Amino acid sequence: MTSAGHPRRGLAGVFAAVVRRDLLLALRRRSDVLTTFFFFIVVVSLFPLGIGPEIDTLRAIAPGVVWVAALLASMLALARLFADDYADGTLEQLALAPQPLLVLVLGKIVAHWLVTGVPLVLIAPLLGLQCDLPAAALQVMMLSLLLGTPVLSMIGAVGAALTLGVRGAGGLLALLVLPLYIPVLIFGAGAVSASAVGMDVGGHLSVLAAIFLIALVFAPWATAAAVRIALE
Amino acid sequence: MLQAINLECMRGQRRLFRDLSFDVADGELLWVAGANGSGKTSLLRIVCTLLRAESGEVRWDGTDIRVLGEAFLADLVYIGHAPAVKDDLTALENLGFSLAQHGLATSADEQADALGRFGLAGREDLPARSLSQGQRRRVGLARLLFGASRRLWILDEPLAALDAKAVDLVREQIGIHLERGGVVLLTSHQEIDFDGLRVRHLQLDA
Amino acid sequence: MPLNIWRFASPQAFYSLAGKLVPWFFVAAALLGAAGLYVGFFVAPTDAQQGDAYRIIFIHVAAAWMSMFIYTVMAFWCAVGLIVNTRLSFMMALALAPTGALMTFIALWTGALWGKPTWGAWWVWDARLTSELILLFLYVGFMSLHAAIDDVRRADRAAALLALVGAINVPIIYFSVKWWNTLHQGASVSLTRAPSMARAMLLGMLLVALAAWMYSIAASLMRVRLLILERESDSDWVRTIARKEAVK
Repeated sequence: MTSAGHPRRGLAGVFAAVVRRDLLLALRRRSDVLTTFFFFIVVVSLFPLGIGPEIDTLRAIAPGVVWVAALLASMLALARLFADDYADGTLEQLALAPQPLLVLVLGKIVAHWLVTGVPLVLIAPLLGLQCDLPAAALQVMMLSLLLGTPVLSMIGAVGAALTLGVRGAGGLLALLVLPLYIPVLIFGAGAVSASAVGMDVGGHLSVLAAIFLIALVFAPWATAAAVRIALE
Repeated sequence: MLQAINLECMRGQRRLFRDLSFDVADGELLWVAGANGSGKTSLLRIVCTLLRAESGEVRWDGTDIRVLGEAFLADLVYIGHAPAVKDDLTALENLGFSLAQHGLATSADEQADALGRFGLAGREDLPARSLSQGQRRRVGLARLLFGASRRLWILDEPLAALDAKAVDLVREQIGIHLERGGVVLLTSHQEIDFDGLRVRHLQLDA
Repeated sequence: MPLNIWRFASPQAFYSLAGKLVPWFFVAAALLGAAGLYVGFFVAPTDAQQGDAYRIIFIHVAAAWMSMFIYTVMAFWCAVGLIVNTRLSFMMALALAPTGALMTFIALWTGALWGKPTWGAWWVWDARLTSELILLFLYVGFMSLHAAIDDVRRADRAAALLALVGAINVPIIYFSVKWWNTLHQGASVSLTRAPSMARAMLLGMLLVALAAWMYSIAASLMRVRLLILERESDSDWVRTIARKEAVK
């Protein structure tokens, strides 16, 4: 058995393999994915029950409610991003791959977002409809979540890596990550609110896009550093 | 050739070892021994860059491994305590992804073949959670059959939970690897007969 | 003879240096604090709009400035620790955190005490107050993460990374909250519009701010000495000190 003649994969190939593996794992553990999804729906539904069915009130709070629920659901899903790999030893093998760890980590984040973020983007308009948001606002809601949920995954990944194997990781992760989510929340919910009253949303969405780019530059690198610290 | 120069290791507040130096030439195996907690695993992890030493350096072919970076990792196989096998993937998928991560594109046939040699024929398509502990370790070890292109093998208790046939296979692979000029760094509580191979010993004090 | 400051990167040397400096900083803090509070409470004129209730601003502003300054210094030491891997840098950062959190806490409380008589509410979602609240979360997060990780070295490095991530985020958070605040405020006035400064008021604020700075240095040095003793407890020089203390 010789391996000398095997073709080598480049960085893109390894990135794709990491994404594919995580998607395959998510497919096999569908219950985990669905739990996050239904958590989101339940949380959004709790607010009208707590506040009252007055439609004008609901229309006003809907952007904030949907966004806060998205934050919480995203955080719930984050706990699983690295924890399993850390426990069974695959994370350290990933760190030993002869590729930049930040690219491989980005692969895991992308897979995570596809599985937990995209469903939120797709279902949120339905929930907004329950609160009688106008169609234009629903579109902006989808767009803001589309820009915002990847940022939540990226920032959250740093927190998930920092709290690997730590006692009380779930609550600690919330404490570390929720304050960092605040800018995304402000501009994401702000965009939807602005759209609901007919104001211009260009500014909000531009800031969200800027935050997305900043996160893309810094978060994978910080996450890789945090993973290495956790593996020591 | 692997060189360690004045390595010092601290875990928490404890100093495990200091001023540790050794050389391992091509074709040699270094067997690291010591009581539990003496730092064997930490030493192996320092050499494979997972753990950073408090002071000192490790050189591969004369160059500091921190300078070599990815080039060093490409030349390395590390098999640690954990089998590095995902429960939800089949043995075949586990092996395939593990090799792909390292940049090797292999066919399903080759992977099945490798698993077969480790006594897992007929079990390649089962999810790894249905395999026993020993079988899972064998899935992780199957990577060694593709390890010819990587000259440094770092093996932490490779024989744990293996039956006699698997132990023989691992010994055989180590022998072949040393013959083609590879370097092996190993810890093992079990007695292994390495007759005919160039074996050196390193004892870490507890 | 040139002073070799790198000598003080060793915990043992720093321990004795800090021990000598601490009393001086406490004295400076007490003197400046007394002077500042005297100016603030007796010398500065009563404000035309807010009466005497505004005087709490002397403490509030000093505490707020210190809370942000300490976070910056803390992040600096975290960066030094991660780059150069010196143990003392991490200890310094850890020693600064509780004082920084205390300053943030004081800023929040004094902000509320100012708000109540002035605007009629204990809490307003003012940009600066809200940012202070978030800063408090960042401090608490730093300390919690460090406390939750058993391995001290890993705890140091993980918390240091968190502090740096927080440092990058603080300007972004502040900008976002400020924007959010101006959009939603409407007609109400914000706490950031301090009364126009008479010279005496400015002097008072400066003195109290300096006092807070001296106090922070003194408290952090004391804390870092404790950390040094704790972490170096296996070394000979600490054992000597322990023996001396036991004999007393």
